[in-house]
Amino acid sequence: MKALVIARLTFREALQRKLIWGVLALSLVFVALYAFGFHLLVREWNEMQARRPADGGGSILTYEIFASSMVMLGLYTVNFLAGIMTIFAAVGAIASEIDSGTLHAIIPKPLARWELVLGKYLGYAGMLVVYIAIMVGSVMLTARLIGSYTPPNIIQGMLLIVLVAMILLSLTMLGSTIFSTIANGVIVFMLYGMAMTGGLVEQIGTVLSNQTMINIGIATSILLPSDSMWRLASYVVQPQIAISFTGPNPLGTTVPPSATAVQYAIAYCLILLLGAMLVFRRRDL
Amino acid sequence: MFGPIGHPPYGILTPMTETAVRTETEPPAGTAPAVETFGLRKVYGDRVAVEDLTLRVEEGEVFGFLGPNGAGKTTSVKMLMGLVRPTSGTARLLGRPLGDRAARAKIGFLPEMFRFHDWLTGEELLDIHGQLYGMSRAHRQRRIPEVLELVGLSHAGRQRVRTYSKGMQQRIGLAQALLNEPRLVFLDEPTSALDPIGRRDVRDIILRLRAAGMTVFLNSHLLSEVESVSDRVAIINHGRVAAIGPMADLLRRDLTVELRLSAVDPELLDDLGRLVHIEHVDGHERPTVVARVPDEETIARAVDLLVARGVRVYGVMPERRTLEQVFLDVVEKEGGKAE
Ligand SMILES: Nc1ncnc2c1ncn2[C@@H]1O[C@H](COP(=O)(O)OP(=O)(O)O)[C@@H](O)[C@H]1O
Ligand SMILES: [Mg+2]
Repeated sequence: MKALVIARLTFREALQRKLIWGVLALSLVFVALYAFGFHLLVREWNEMQARRPADGGGSILTYEIFASSMVMLGLYTVNFLAGIMTIFAAVGAIASEIDSGTLHAIIPKPLARWELVLGKYLGYAGMLVVYIAIMVGSVMLTARLIGSYTPPNIIQGMLLIVLVAMILLSLTMLGSTIFSTIANGVIVFMLYGMAMTGGLVEQIGTVLSNQTMINIGIATSILLPSDSMWRLASYVVQPQIAISFTGPNPLGTTVPPSATAVQYAIAYCLILLLGAMLVFRRRDL
Repeated sequence: MFGPIGHPPYGILTPMTETAVRTETEPPAGTAPAVETFGLRKVYGDRVAVEDLTLRVEEGEVFGFLGPNGAGKTTSVKMLMGLVRPTSGTARLLGRPLGDRAARAKIGFLPEMFRFHDWLTGEELLDIHGQLYGMSRAHRQRRIPEVLELVGLSHAGRQRVRTYSKGMQQRIGLAQALLNEPRLVFLDEPTSALDPIGRRDVRDIILRLRAAGMTVFLNSHLLSEVESVSDRVAIINHGRVAAIGPMADLLRRDLTVELRLSAVDPELLDDLGRLVHIEHVDGHERPTVVARVPDEETIARAVDLLVARGVRVYGVMPERRTLEQVFLDVVEKEGGKAE
């Protein structure tokens, strides 16, 4: 299928970009720091245990809580880097190729315009899945090898982070069929920031039992469900004890988004992708 | 309705009316024309890029699509290539409606403004374009060296396109357009980045394509480029076809003739004026009449008339027009009309 030719080309093209290599370099630095940080945590914990009186009296803190928080922090960073990478990679997916003229020789070929959009989507998606898998794998291996801790549901967590990336990818691709590269970048980053802020407001609302604030959070997650899917990911990869201990917080949640929310997020991806195909079908190059 | 070509019998260039289209020679039954457009029009906002494009290109023809910058050539081809949606009008390529996949597989296109994925090598780039054309691996492996050879890039196939000169990039673009052994190829300003040798090479390539029976639609603002290879030419200006016809006709039919005579009087000029289009009359002693005539036959008839009236004819100097003159004439008159 022609879309796969485009997907392969897009994948290879993305790897030519300096920005992508920037994110990759940053990721490498992160993994190194993360492993070092986890190592410090373990040492600290062990020292604390050694100092503790032999009767083992009364701390409710368990190692699991710290290790789990550490994993969550790691996955949050992965989620964030993947989001940035998605937006950087796809911000000009269509617009910049119209400007540069590379599409002029491709569109007249015997392939439908939707195949081009789908192919690009698949190319970026492939790159992001590989990236997320490697990064989540690094976080988990670090937790296991250095921290002797294995987080629960890590596969679901990873899939949810992939879903977050797909949500942003759909949005960025749709924007790229409508706006110039720069305008699209501004809009997508604004929405991305808005979703994060909305999630934060919702958490604060939960603490304060303020329904208006919670509703703001819900509204933003309907507009862009990236943040709520991340919070669900953070929820599933933590043991209940860690969630109860941390409570509502900037990075996670005590109230997991429902299965309907997940279905909504998947539908959101598909509809925006479809939208991108429809808009591009009518676009003059 | 067409300023420069109005008043018969001085309709020297075939006017682009519907009748003119229909009276062009019919193709043999069963062979659809390579290109057929019906009132294609493109408006950007309040700017008309293509006013009304109706023309027809037969299979096997090299068709020169000539016009000054901004005339609407690129926009016309973009509509045919599915890059731009016509505001109105339709077209058929190889007998199929626009966008038909099977037809697209048989069409090649060198865009005017193009850039390729320049981190690929020439061969990789062609391989990807071959896949997009739907060519099999075996076909690509056979064809890629062929087209590289054809455009003179055999030595650079393994080099990244980024390292190519402008001219080499244009050549790889041409290779890309010819990769699928198309029946119909659109070349939009194919020599814009080339030096004189490159231009000659492209001209030779076009002649080879014609010899192989391919239809070539050649967009250009350069007369020299079109003049030496085209079977037929359309001159486009302000988004309309201002003149169209076989190259030879465009040149032969549009003549200016200078007549040196013993004397003229208003009555004689009147009669002569019914036969030829008098541009001006110079001098009193042995005046010179400069006139435009549709063809050589008319010159002979004018001389007959003069002799019959007892006027002595000292000189008949026909001046054959070049395509450049035809072009300038059309463009200047149209330009004047539009402003
Ligand atoms: N995308 C566009 N938006 C607005 N105007 C355009 C666009 N493309 C072309 N035009 C205008 O349409 C006219 C024809 O352009 P073009 O087809 O490129 O001419 P040519 O190829 O003959 O030089 C020009 O006046 C040009 O400015
Ligand atoms: Mg042009």
